[in-house]
Amino acid sequence: MFALVASVFAQSFLAPIIGRRMPLRAGWILALLPASATAWLVTLATGGLDQPVLRESLPWIPALDVFLSFRLDGLALLFSVLILGIGALVVVYSGGYLKGDPRLGRFLAFMSAFMGSMLGLVLADNVVTLFVFWELTSVTSFLLIGFDHEDARSRRSALQALLVTGGGGLALLAGLLLMASIGGTHELSELLLLGDRFREHPAYTAVLALVLLGAFTKSAQFPFHFWLPNAMDAPTPVSAYLHSATMVKAGVYLVARLHPILGGTEAWIWTLVGFGGATALLGGILAVRQTDLKRILAYTTVAALGQLVLLAGLGTAQALQAFVVTLFAHSLYKGALFMGAGAVDHETGTRELSSLGGLRSLMPITAVAVGLAALSNAGLPPFLGFIGKEELYTGALGSQAYGQGIAGVMVAVNALLLTAAGLVFVKPFFGAQVATPRAPHEAPVSLWLGPALLGALGLAFGVFHGLAGDWFVSPAVSSIVGRPQAVTLHLWKGLDPALLLSAVTVALGVAVFSAWSRVKAGFDRLGTWLRFDSDRGWDRGLVGLVQVAEWQTRAIQGGYLRTYLRTTLAFVTLAVGLTLVFRGGLVAAIPLPDATLAHWILAGLIVAAVATTLLAHTATTAILALGVVGLAIALIFLLFGAPDVAITQLMVETLIVIIVALVLFRLPRLTPFRASLGRERVFNAVVALGFGALITAITLALIALPFDPFLGDEFARLSVPKGHGRNVVNVILVDFRALDTLGEILVVSIAGLGAFSLLRMRRGAR
Amino acid sequence: MIKSLILRAATTVLLGLMVLFSVFILFRGHNEPGGGFIGGLIASTAFALHSLSHGPRAMRRLMWVVPRTTVAAGLGLALVSGLLGFAGGGAFLASLWSPGGSVGSPLFFDIGVYLVVIGSVLTIVQALQEEDE
Repeated sequence: MFALVASVFAQSFLAPIIGRRMPLRAGWILALLPASATAWLVTLATGGLDQPVLRESLPWIPALDVFLSFRLDGLALLFSVLILGIGALVVVYSGGYLKGDPRLGRFLAFMSAFMGSMLGLVLADNVVTLFVFWELTSVTSFLLIGFDHEDARSRRSALQALLVTGGGGLALLAGLLLMASIGGTHELSELLLLGDRFREHPAYTAVLALVLLGAFTKSAQFPFHFWLPNAMDAPTPVSAYLHSATMVKAGVYLVARLHPILGGTEAWIWTLVGFGGATALLGGILAVRQTDLKRILAYTTVAALGQLVLLAGLGTAQALQAFVVTLFAHSLYKGALFMGAGAVDHETGTRELSSLGGLRSLMPITAVAVGLAALSNAGLPPFLGFIGKEELYTGALGSQAYGQGIAGVMVAVNALLLTAAGLVFVKPFFGAQVATPRAPHEAPVSLWLGPALLGALGLAFGVFHGLAGDWFVSPAVSSIVGRPQAVTLHLWKGLDPALLLSAVTVALGVAVFSAWSRVKAGFDRLGTWLRFDSDRGWDRGLVGLVQVAEWQTRAIQGGYLRTYLRTTLAFVTLAVGLTLVFRGGLVAAIPLPDATLAHWILAGLIVAAVATTLLAHTATTAILALGVVGLAIALIFLLFGAPDVAITQLMVETLIVIIVALVLFRLPRLTPFRASLGRERVFNAVVALGFGALITAITLALIALPFDPFLGDEFARLSVPKGHGRNVVNVILVDFRALDTLGEILVVSIAGLGAFSLLRMRRGAR
Repeated sequence: MIKSLILRAATTVLLGLMVLFSVFILFRGHNEPGGGFIGGLIASTAFALHSLSHGPRAMRRLMWVVPRTTVAAGLGLALVSGLLGFAGGGAFLASLWSPGGSVGSPLFFDIGVYLVVIGSVLTIVQALQEEDE
């Protein structure tokens, strides 16, 4: 599995080369790897419940219990098949969609990188690995949404998606780490066995909230749903792949994956059912308000994701079964619908419903493909979508509380989805032909292959639902539940309540569809009346954030060295000083120093020089007096037997003189500046005295501690035999602790370059 | 630039002496007080004084590279001497000595420190001087 994930990533490095050398065949070539991987996975899947659970683990940071572990169980298998299978078709489709575009190679590289990330995410068996791949999907999604980076709208949408999903990702990271610390391991498969330990832990609510925040942002649940429709600015292959079939399912995947340890509590059920139900209804309503093909599909995706979250929340075996079937069916038909809509857009030059019509005879194959997918979306027999809907109703009705209410809401949602499917299929392909920006004709094979195959699969798995059940649904449900669970799917279960609800759904959906313009107008009025717009709220929030940032930058980054110094010193004094006081680090008794006359003379010199600095009227005097301080300190170093430090101090003092000689003429006179600052001067004095007192207190506290000579002795002992040098200071600097020195010379370099660029900037400004 | 005949004459002689001395300090550092940091400070003082009396253009002619290149060279040398640790089968920055212990990777590391210090100080001095031009 590691090899598989790695080779998909490797492919993303090859893609630009292949895209440049063989632009016409690039899509087909790059589809080979995911297609053959899909074939391998399907052969595994035909084993049904007997399929092996594969596991692989490579050390990454073993000291922190971080492993590149991968695990292929039923749930991961279903997702991997969808990711690689639909991925292969989308890659072929991209080759046709971006035909002649010089950026094709880059696009395919991003797509492959995303495919690898998503695959890693569903296979990951270590929470850290999982998180890394989770973030990688956000990053690659950012690159893909913003693919048309010259368009301001694309950039905004890409940034929005990144910030929303990335912000949720941070919450998820906290949640996962919390989980790992409760469970004592980072391996998911071990965590999943711990069962009730999580549900009974005091931090359960925190874990749940953090994990769900991650899942909800990723899977576009209310109130984070707004980024998904905006993500439709991406080229259509991206919408078909990331924003319907795969990435947005990551949150749903996570919820299903963690169900065995987090699921089943009141909090879990009501959060997921509440948010899922609200998202589903909102998505359905917003879908039929749209007139742009892709936006309709985007909102139906939101609705479907809501349904999935709701089903995961209900958590009964029946509901989880419905969850898997709905997920499977949705990935198939939504991928097909997006690619079909993209083909229409590609051939006609528009996606507006009002400017499309009668394409049936002009694009017959696309029409059939979209039709198959739309029927599955509408939930009509004998398609897989129908089975999913039946399961959904049975699952909802079977849950203990408010089952009928939930089922009722789902009927409304499914009716709206049926209407949306009708809009996407009937409006463009039937009725009178309408003049479009481009003269349409049948799309090339690369553009219809994907939708046709996915649409046909939706039909095939509906008819041969036994295979779908044995190969994919049963193993996946078993993984979620945590024990083997044989599932049998039915097209015809007899006259049960679910079938009745299906009939109501179809009737309602057809009614809404036939009265579409009036329903749309009604929903529009409802929308203006509610005045609720997450998207605009997002903009306002972003503007507010920037304002806060500007305010605090102005407040903290005053631009004056004295402000910085004062703020830093005051903060350090308070933080360290309070710690000293409260942790009992203050030493009451001041030891009498056993100093010689030389020490007293140097100390007196320093005090006198400091006083001169403070009272100086010109910069020259102040700097010279400070120089005296520095030289006296160098002498103290010499007295205590540290010649290296003393020489360094002397050299630095010398260099300061040279540098000051260069800038002296530009320094302001000190007197006028001083006179103007009454209160500020007092404040400065307080901060300076406080800081001085702090350093004194720390020094006294240090002296009071017993001195541990271990390190010093050890370095001195090892200096000659290990470091081949008699100067311990130098051996420490360049050998024993060379990494510290490396860091220090890096700082020195950055300081030099920083001063250089600041001075150059000033020169440029003049 | 400070126009002083005495300074000019003095620094011409001092430059060579001080740079020589700095190299001496650099190499003796492993056994006696000294080392790359101190040596670098001495050499940069020498160049800075020369630049102060003869002007930045003279310094540029003298050094035949811009000080920033010296910084990069020093960092690179320190890094390479660190990577030598891998060659010896140890960790990054693990020391590697010739038999007898007269030459080793820490020596190159120290030369790297020396170059970084010279480059950084002179980058600042040069930038300050060019402000005046």
